[in-house]
Amino acid sequence: MYMENMVNIFLMGKKYSVPSNLTIMCAMEYAGYQLIRGCGCRNGFCGACATIYRIKGDRELKACLACQIKVEDNMYIATLPFFPLVKQGYDINKIKPTEQIMMQLYPEIYSCIGCNACTKSCTQGLNVMQYIAYAQRGEYEKCAEESFDCVMCGVCSSRCPAGISHPQVSLLARRLNGKYLAPKSEHLENRVREIEDGAFSDLLESLMQKPVEEIRELYNTRVIEE
Amino acid sequence: MYTEEMLASIHKVEAARAENAVMEPDRMSAEEKRTLLVTYHPDYKKDKFVSLQIGPNSGDMVPTELAALLQANSRISVMDIDFGKIDYDVDILIIGGGGAGTSAAIEAQKAGAKVLIVTKLRMGDANTMMAEGGIQAADKPNDSPAQHYLDAMGGGHYANKPELVRKLVTEAPDAIKWLNELGVEFDKAPDGTMITTHGGGTSRKRMHAAKDFSGAEIMRTLRDEVLNRDIQVVDFTSAIELILDEQGRAAGAVLINMETKEILIARAKTVIIATGGAGRLHYQGFPTSNHYGATADGLILGYRAGARLLYAETLQYHPTGAAYPEQIFGALVTEKVRSLGAKLINTNGTVFVHPLETRDVAAAAIIRECTIRKKGIHTSDGIGVWLDTPMIELINGEGTIEQRIPAMLRMFEKYDIDIRKEPILVYPTLHYQNGGLQINDKCETNIENLYVAGEAAGGIHGKNRLMGNSLLDIIVFGRAAGKNTAAKCRDITVGKLTISHVTEFAEEMETAGIRSEIESPKLLPTYTHGHE
Repeated sequence: MYMENMVNIFLMGKKYSVPSNLTIMCAMEYAGYQLIRGCGCRNGFCGACATIYRIKGDRELKACLACQIKVEDNMYIATLPFFPLVKQGYDINKIKPTEQIMMQLYPEIYSCIGCNACTKSCTQGLNVMQYIAYAQRGEYEKCAEESFDCVMCGVCSSRCPAGISHPQVSLLARRLNGKYLAPKSEHLENRVREIEDGAFSDLLESLMQKPVEEIRELYNTRVIEE
Repeated sequence: MYTEEMLASIHKVEAARAENAVMEPDRMSAEEKRTLLVTYHPDYKKDKFVSLQIGPNSGDMVPTELAALLQANSRISVMDIDFGKIDYDVDILIIGGGGAGTSAAIEAQKAGAKVLIVTKLRMGDANTMMAEGGIQAADKPNDSPAQHYLDAMGGGHYANKPELVRKLVTEAPDAIKWLNELGVEFDKAPDGTMITTHGGGTSRKRMHAAKDFSGAEIMRTLRDEVLNRDIQVVDFTSAIELILDEQGRAAGAVLINMETKEILIARAKTVIIATGGAGRLHYQGFPTSNHYGATADGLILGYRAGARLLYAETLQYHPTGAAYPEQIFGALVTEKVRSLGAKLINTNGTVFVHPLETRDVAAAAIIRECTIRKKGIHTSDGIGVWLDTPMIELINGEGTIEQRIPAMLRMFEKYDIDIRKEPILVYPTLHYQNGGLQINDKCETNIENLYVAGEAAGGIHGKNRLMGNSLLDIIVFGRAAGKNTAAKCRDITVGKLTISHVTEFAEEMETAGIRSEIESPKLLPTYTHGHE
């Protein structure tokens, strides 16, 4: 720890002095917080630690994941460990990848005013407004691709004047794409059928009966695909 | 971003890159691997383990840090527990909201059971979310479940339970199909063929992936499905003791609200422990790739109630944790980086191990390089070796990294390291609990009506798990636990609830002369980052 490089930060408005090399999350722990909310994977995948901050004197309000960004001097920090996204229920086996489904479940996406606040605030650097546009047009494959890295932290929705729950919209698009639009894997279907027909059960049974020495020999001499 | 010393070493890596990219390093013989492991792998450091004094595994060695929690005090005072008020009364109580717990919940609810998921943090705050590389299944024409069986057994040092491996490999293709039909996106060629790669120790390319967000893609889909099905989820609530009935069968759990500390009682006909791993116990001081709640809680709950552990002494140190910069120390660098062709290189620019040895062997080889051979690269608070990521695009063409491992690109980009142009520093990180509570192929433990699925279970992977078999195991065994408990609970009438086993365990501790200052399960780690 480089104690000589300390910075002042303001956690929920209260001032603390913390080492400058820490992430916001670690700085909170350094300050004495035992985190319960707002901390999940600590590695940028889970979206638990959405945080907004402003550097003193700066007008812009920025958003980030607390586990991914280092503290700065005069950083005002407020955590956003939960945001009330709208999640509509549906039966994935009954819905179809048509334009109508978005209209039914998430009609508010058509109220997008194009302010682009979602994109500007995205902690993953995604083009959020663009993927919402794809969803509006029923272009779910494009929406899925554009939104793929979303960690559902909810910052975009917190900034949206139209009340859109972007992460839920794109999750629906990805599930529609994965289930209905992406090409079917014939080799997978075939293998599942073969297994159901018991094609490999004798072979596996005989392997299970073999003594360890024989398994070891088979393992050590197996051919490895190039 | 890199220091002068690092840059000097990078020049050597660059100079040798073209040659290193095309060379095929030798694979080690079985004997070479054994010697390497015994000498350098953390599992073989005898002084870091102690023998359990009480409980069903009395006499077995486990990591010192785990023993301290297994033989510790309960968080509850038995006198204070009132079974007069039952807060939740369900068919199946699932403890843990990761991949195994949610898979179990979906199948159990589909079979008509009343399910409750309790989870310490949010549903999906789990190691599943962080699995990057992929999920194995033998679904290609040149592959078979038997081939997969052989790979898993060899990787696990032949200690795997054969019936569990059979289930794992036989149900793997159906697990992929199930996920795909739930809407999980997999990397596919335009004709629908799954794009599959090798993992360490695989003999066929059977690693299915969703870029390098494989686990996140699976987890967010399963979570969405649980919500669609209106399955009851109580989050920020942890199980702190199992409840048995007077016949000694599992019958629920004592819960605690993590925020208000309120104690709650859940009664259930069957209980599934799906609490995941233990990386946050930081065995032997290693950093970890695990999520915040990975503190082995399920092992503690189960053990105190009399469930047997299997291979709790074997941990997986993922060979490539980030060693630099310090902000991401210990974070996972997916094995897929090596699957795509990047090799491990020492400070002189020399390849020192085949990139696709099993994880334990690769980790031991890196530790050897950094210790006795003194060919590591020093960082501010540690040491590491190079993982030469630019090789990936040299071999597979420009754009491969953005397309196939975007999460890795992004992770290092934040610290001004472009992994397409510069190699990265890696060192082993505590990644996976190979063992756990012993189960049979129905996910049953030695305690009636107590089931286990996912990382908390032991026996599937023997003493070392292969890449891609964990995402697979949470789906296969999670689903099985859900189906089996749903079938079982139709015939169960829960008897009188009791937690007398907690008192008995405390008495055993006293008789054995064990005095502990610790309360377990641990629930969450405490970090102060050097603040006294």
